Amino acid sequence: MSTHADTHAHDDHGHHHKETFVTKYIFSQDHKMIAKQYLITGTIMGVIGVLMSLMFRMQIAWPEEPNVLFEALLGKWAPDGVMDADIYLALVTIHGTIMVFFVLTAGLSGTFSNLLIPLQIGARDMASGFLNMVSYWLFFLSSVVMVISLFVEAGPAAAGWTIYPPLSALPMAQGGSGMGMTLWLVSMAIFIASSLLGSLNYIVTVINLRTKGMSMTRLPLTIWAFFVTAIIGVVSFPVLLSAALLLIMDRSFGTSFFLSDIFIQGEVLHYQGGSPVLFEHLFWFLGHPEVYIVILPAMGLVSEIMASSSRKPIFGYRAMIMSILAIAFLSTIVWGHHMFISGMNPFLGSVFTFTTLLIAIPSAVKAFNWITTIWKGNLQMNPAMLFSIGFVSTFITGGLTGIILGDSALDINVHDTYFVVAHFHLVMGISALYGMFAGIYHWFPKMFGRMLNKNLGYIHFWVTAVCAYGVFFPMHFIGMAGLPRRYYTNSNFPLFDDLADVNVIITIFALVGGVFQLVYLYNFFSSIFFGKKTVQNPWRSTTLEWTAPIKHIHGNWEGEIPHVYRWSYDYNKPGHDVDFVPQNVPLKEGEEELHH
Amino acid sequence: MSTTVVNTGTEGKTWGGGNQPLKASYGKMMMWFFIVSDALTFSGFLAAYGFSRFKFIESWPIADEVFTHVPFLHGQELPMIYVAFMTFVLIMSSVTMVLAVDAGHKMQKTKVTWYMFLTIIGGLIFVGSQAWEWATFIKGDYGAIQTKGGNILQFVDTEGKRVALGDFVVAGHRDRTAHERKNGLWFVDEGTLPTYTMDEVMHGLESHENVLVRTQMINEHGEKTVLSRAESLKQVKENGIAVVEGANLKVNEYGSPLFADFFFFITGFHGFHVFSGVVINIIIFFNVILGTYEKRRSYEMVEKVGLYWHFVDLVWVFVFTFFYLV
Repeated sequence: MSTHADTHAHDDHGHHHKETFVTKYIFSQDHKMIAKQYLITGTIMGVIGVLMSLMFRMQIAWPEEPNVLFEALLGKWAPDGVMDADIYLALVTIHGTIMVFFVLTAGLSGTFSNLLIPLQIGARDMASGFLNMVSYWLFFLSSVVMVISLFVEAGPAAAGWTIYPPLSALPMAQGGSGMGMTLWLVSMAIFIASSLLGSLNYIVTVINLRTKGMSMTRLPLTIWAFFVTAIIGVVSFPVLLSAALLLIMDRSFGTSFFLSDIFIQGEVLHYQGGSPVLFEHLFWFLGHPEVYIVILPAMGLVSEIMASSSRKPIFGYRAMIMSILAIAFLSTIVWGHHMFISGMNPFLGSVFTFTTLLIAIPSAVKAFNWITTIWKGNLQMNPAMLFSIGFVSTFITGGLTGIILGDSALDINVHDTYFVVAHFHLVMGISALYGMFAGIYHWFPKMFGRMLNKNLGYIHFWVTAVCAYGVFFPMHFIGMAGLPRRYYTNSNFPLFDDLADVNVIITIFALVGGVFQLVYLYNFFSSIFFGKKTVQNPWRSTTLEWTAPIKHIHGNWEGEIPHVYRWSYDYNKPGHDVDFVPQNVPLKEGEEELHH
Repeated sequence: MSTTVVNTGTEGKTWGGGNQPLKASYGKMMMWFFIVSDALTFSGFLAAYGFSRFKFIESWPIADEVFTHVPFLHGQELPMIYVAFMTFVLIMSSVTMVLAVDAGHKMQKTKVTWYMFLTIIGGLIFVGSQAWEWATFIKGDYGAIQTKGGNILQFVDTEGKRVALGDFVVAGHRDRTAHERKNGLWFVDEGTLPTYTMDEVMHGLESHENVLVRTQMINEHGEKTVLSRAESLKQVKENGIAVVEGANLKVNEYGSPLFADFFFFITGFHGFHVFSGVVINIIIFFNVILGTYEKRRSYEMVEKVGLYWHFVDLVWVFVFTFFYLV
C-alpha cells in the first residue's frame, strides 16, 4: 500500500532526479546533505570560537605579556604582541555569540534535526526541502557576516553576547559599537530567519510525515527533543527579533526605546525616557529559552545513545517526554533570574526565583532516568557512550550551581563573577558540546558510511573530560572569591593577586584541551575518506535510520518506507533471541507491546 | 497541492501516517506556526510599549486629543472617527477574504477572483489611510514648547480649548543664511527650523492674556493639568528651550517622545505587514486569474494567504486597542 508520505514525497521531489554537483553538494534540498553542511559550517565556527577563548584565556593568565600568537592573529590589535583591551572584550563577545548561536544552536540542532527527523520517523525528506535549503544558506550567510565583522576597522561588537544598551545602542560608546555592532545585528537577524525556517520544517515534519505506526508515543526521544526545541525556537527567537529591531531604531534613527538621558564626553544626547532594563527583559525572554534550545537536542541524543549502549530500554520514557515538555514550558517564565541586580523590582525577583527552582524538578527527573537507564546495563563503552556519561556528569555539576544562581538572595553575591561562568559553561556549554560529540560519534556511520576511529575517540574524550573540569571547576572558587567576569586584567586589584596562579592553571587546561580537539578534527576529516566502512547497523540500535541503506539515496528508502510496530526501545526484550528488536519488526504472535 | 488527506484505512489506535493529527497540510501548518512566531514579535513590541507607557502613566498623551483628524474635514475635532473607519475597512477585507476562501472550496473561480480583488482594495485603502494618518501626525497642528527636562508645554485658552502657536505668536522676519556647497557649510540637523523662535513665543504669550500653558501631567479628572497665568509665564520663560511642531522620532508636540517612537514603529511594522499582505494577495489574485489553482484542483494557497491576512487584521485589533482606545 502507499501511505500518504510516499505519494507526497514523490510528487514533491520527483522532478529533480538528475543531480548535478551544484544540486547535490551545494544547493542541496536533501536533508542528509543539509545536515552535513550544518555540521561542517558549525565545526568551522566552533574552531574560530574556541581559538578566541584560548586567546583571551592566555591574556587572563599572563596579563599584558607579549605573545607571538597574538601578534600573528590579532595584528594591529596586539601592538608588540600585547593584547589590546578593546579586542579582549570583542573576543569575549564574539566567542559567546559564536558558541551559543552558531555552534550549539545551528551546529547542533541543524545537524541532528535534519539528519534524524526524516530518518527516524520514516519520511522521505523534510516537509519542504526548498525551505530547508534556504534555512541552511541563511545560516551560512549569517556566519559569513559574523566573521566579516571581525575585520571591521574599529573592531567587532564588544558589548558582550547579551549586547546590553547603551554599549550596543550608541554607535559612539566604544570601538565595537559602530559598524561591528551593526554587522552583529544584521548577522543575528539573518540567523533568526534561518532558525525560523528550520524550526517550521522540523515541527510540521514531525507532525505530518511520520510513517505508518509511528505514533507520538513511539517516537525516539531524539525526535521529541528536536520537536520541542523547534517549538521553543519559534516562540522565543521572534522576541529577540523585536528587541533587535527596536535597538536598530535606537542606533540609527534616534528613537529612545532603550536610552534615557545620557551624556557622552560632556555632550547631552537627545534621548529621553527609554529603559535599558526593557531591553534586558526582551533579550532574556529569548536568552533563557535559548539555553534549552541548546541543551534539549543534546539530551535527546544522549537518551538515545544511553539506551542503545546500555542494551536496555530507556528508563521512564513518558517521564522523559513530560520533563522535556515541562522544561520547555518553564523555560519561558524564568528569564528574570538573569536580571536580579538589574534594578528590577525585588518582588519580581522572588517570583522568578520560584519558577527557576521549579526547573530543578524535570531536570532531576531526567538525570535520574539516565542513571537508572545505565544501571545494571550491558554497557558498551564506545566514545559516544563515554561522551553521554560525560554529559550527565557535567549537567549535574553545572545544574547544582544553577540552584544557587537561581536563588536571588544567593545570586546577588556571585552575580557577574566566574562562578556564573563556571555554571553556564558546564551546564549548557560543555554539556551540549558533549551531547554533540556523542551524537557525532554515534551517527557518523549514518552520515558518511564510515566509522570514526575508536582509539582516537577515547583519547579525545578523556583529555577533553579532564581539561573541561580542569578549566571550569576552579572557576567556582575564584568566582566565590569575587573575581568578576569579562575583566581584561585583574592585576590592578591586589585583592585578586592570590587568584593569579589559579588562572594560570585554568589556562593551561584550556590550552591542552583546545589542542587535543585537533585529534578529533583529524579523526573526523580523515574518517570521512579513510575510515573503516560501516555495517548496516553498527550499534545494533532499534530506530529506523539504521534500516535505511548505508549509501545515501534521495528519498531515504528504496521501495516502501518501513512501517513501525513497536516503540523505539526494545532492547533485551524477553522472548527474543537477539538483544534488540528494531521498530519495523512486527510483534510476534502473542507478544505484547511494552507499556511505557 | 498534493497534500490532501489520504485515508489509509487503518483503524483503532494505530497511527496511519499522513495528515492525521491536525488534518492540515504541511504548508498550512507552517503558516500557522509562522503566525505564532510573528505574533510573538508583535507581543514583544506591545509588551515594550506597555512597559514604557506604564513608566509614564502620569503624563502619557491622551489618544483622543491626538487622533482627531478626518480627511477633507479641516479644523474639526473628530476623535477616533477616521481610525474607526480604517479598522472597519480592514475587518471588511477579512470578511471578503473568508468569502474568497469559501468560494475556493467550492471551486468557483470567478467568485474567488472578485473577492480577492475586494480584499486587495480593502488592504490598499488601509495602507493609504495609514500613510495619511502618519502625515497628519508628523505635521501636527498646534505646536508646543519643549522644556529643559524634555517635557512638553501646550497652550490652551481660558476655557481649556487648545490654541495653536499660530493663533497668538507672530513670526518675525528672519534672515537665514543660504547654506550652500560654495560657502563650505552643509546642513546636518537644522534642515527645518521651526516657524517661530522661543522669543517670539514668549512675546506672543505675554501679549495674550487669555492663553495658558497646559503640562503633560494628567490630573485626578484624567485631564492634562492647566497652569495659572503666572505659572504659565514662569514655566515658559524659565524652562522652555525649543519650539516643537509636529512629531518625529526625537521629539513630538503631543508629549513623551516614546509615544511617537512607539506609534511610528508599531503601526509602521504593522503597516509593513499589511503592505506585504497586499503584495502577496496580488500575486495570488493573478494566479487565480491564470487558473493555476484550477489546474491544481485546490485553492489551498488562497486559504494560506487568508490565514496570514486574518492574522494581520487581528494584530491591528490589538494595536488599535492599545494605541487608540485605552
